[in-house]
Amino acid sequence: MRFSIAATAALLLTGNATLASEFERVPPVTHAATLKECGECHMAYQPGLLPAAGWTRIMDGLADHFGDKASLPPDVAADIRGYLTRNAGGGDGQLVRITDQRWWLRKHRFDPTVWQRRTVGAKGNCEACHRTAAKGLYEDD
Amino acid sequence: MKSPLLLAAVATLATGVALAATADPNRTKILDGYAAQAKAQSPEFAAFSADRGRALYLGPHSGGKAETPACAACHTENPTAQGRHYKTGRAIEPMAVSVTPKRFTDPAEVEKRFERDCPNVLGRACTAREKGDFITFLASR
Ligand code: HEC
Ligand code: HEC
Ligand code: HEC
Repeated sequence: MRFSIAATAALLLTGNATLASEFERVPPVTHAATLKECGECHMAYQPGLLPAAGWTRIMDGLADHFGDKASLPPDVAADIRGYLTRNAGGGDGQLVRITDQRWWLRKHRFDPTVWQRRTVGAKGNCEACHRTAAKGLYEDD
Repeated sequence: MKSPLLLAAVATLATGVALAATADPNRTKILDGYAAQAKAQSPEFAAFSADRGRALYLGPHSGGKAETPACAACHTENPTAQGRHYKTGRAIEPMAVSVTPKRFTDPAEVEKRFERDCPNVLGRACTAREKGDFITFLASR
């Protein structure tokens, strides 16, 4: 069963401080190599979700990518790096996780057991809750 | 684009070939490549085995990461069912060729995933024989 945003919001949100978020909508990934190579183990995250420095760190560390080997041939990696950094968003460049960024944490103050649900599994599994995440649409409707 | 006529002809030809449990010409080519390598590595090699492939798939193995003692850890014990990446939570399409016909038809994709997934599970690369056994098992599902 899908985890619906409406249900989550109703059940889990402590307060509903709805400041308009600059991240409600980010441009979708339009780059074929990024979609293919970065969309296998998790959804291909939109470049607007991390600042350029964050993407640079990610691309520098693909040989040990959160414990996985995600290395790519140098030409493909350079192509993806260029796309991600050119279209990057804002945030803290020291943090390589979207899910460690302050804006993200502010929007996801849920009961910790939520992340262990079988259908969710990890904070980075955006699609489990945001059905339109692959299109860059995160606003709750 | 391949014409249905050509595909039908290929299917008819492939029925007689014991090695290939499947009619997809790309998959047959991939299997033939692994068979040639397996023969070169060990002269006793006769044919791929779906049973050995099943054992590889289900494990349990030691030597790799504790969280992934088998291919089934992400691809699920039942190859006709949807898998789930143990860490990212992302859904993975079933591995059984009967359910996901495009499986094992893109040689670059197949090699890339063997290179990444085998060390996680076995702590080493898969041999050509293991790769062929694995595909033979899943092509029979
Ligand atoms: C072989 C599998 C694999 C591939 C391929 C892969 N990743 Fe990842 N990625 C992971 C894993 C595993 C995690 C960590 C998941 C966790 O711990 O929650 C992760 C996490 C991430 C995160 C942090 C998500 C968060 O929690 O905020 C980013 C960003 C990321 N990957 C970007 C990329 C990019 C860019 C590419 C392509 C160059 C890529 N990944 C390719 C496996 C992969
Ligand atoms: C467990 C379910 C869940 C997961 C997983 C999840 N989110 Fe969310 N997210 C929510 C809910 C619920 C809200 C609504 C919060 C609100 O209205 O303030 C939200 C809000 C957001 C917002 C703000 C939208 C707005 O209207 O301002 C963004 C952006 C967002 N999420 C991005 C992500 C990204 C990117 C990921 C993956 C890295 C992710 N989310 C993973 C449940 C989730
Ligand atoms: C950590 C999770 C994980 C484990 C464990 C794992 N895989 Fe995978 N595997 C994936 C992902 C993710 C994909 C790419 C998504 C897809 O193809 O649907 C994939 C795809 C594949 C493919 C490509 C299939 C195709 O479509 O052509 C092969 C081959 C493969 N895996 C072999 C193996 C073998 C052999 C093992 C065990 C030794 C194994 N995998 C264990 C995550 C895993």
